[in-house]
Amino acid sequence: MARIAGIDLPNKHLDIALTYIYGLGRASAIEICEKTGVSTEKRINDLTAEEINLLRKVIENEYKVEGRLRTEVSLNIKRLMDIGSYRGLRHRRGLPVRGQRTRTNARTRKGKKKTVAGKRKK
Amino acid sequence: MSRSIKKGPFIAKHLYKKVLEKNKTNDKKIIKTYSRCSTVIPEMVGMTISVYNGKTWIPVYVTENLVGHKLGEFSPTRMFRGHSGSDKKAKAE
Repeated sequence: MARIAGIDLPNKHLDIALTYIYGLGRASAIEICEKTGVSTEKRINDLTAEEINLLRKVIENEYKVEGRLRTEVSLNIKRLMDIGSYRGLRHRRGLPVRGQRTRTNARTRKGKKKTVAGKRKK
Repeated sequence: MSRSIKKGPFIAKHLYKKVLEKNKTNDKKIIKTYSRCSTVIPEMVGMTISVYNGKTWIPVYVTENLVGHKLGEFSPTRMFRGHSGSDKKAKAE
């Protein structure tokens, strides 16, 4: 099993396996394969040590993945909160940030439903 | 989609004029504005701008971090004070 960017990649086609790394999707995975010249058809277990090293190098140098990407994202959110902007406020409250409705739905941001007593109409 | 670079950031002309004047004369008086949609530009850094939220003017002290955002982002238009408690709670009080 190959270990790239601190993640154990599953034994799948290379372009799919790379998407298990946070920050890489299909598009960037295929891009990496083209850059390194490794076929996307190859499965992880069939890769040679050199190929793995090559992949590792490209990902480390040219892409922002995993820990570094996560810190960047959380810093961006923190910045919004610190300057007291509307978007930061929404992050703080745990409500949707981009103007979605909150009368119903918005469950991804608000978490599980909390039932309020006496909400039914008489 | 973001705004074309050719046009530059949007800022209302009347506000822009005032900001430039302020920069020249260096006085610290607060600018009151209705123009929530104007972008914060580097020239505004260090000024206090009062942005109307539909009811009152909210003073916004502009720092470097605010550049590139819109003025309206810092002057919330809605105040949520929480829901009234359930009937039981209300009676107990």
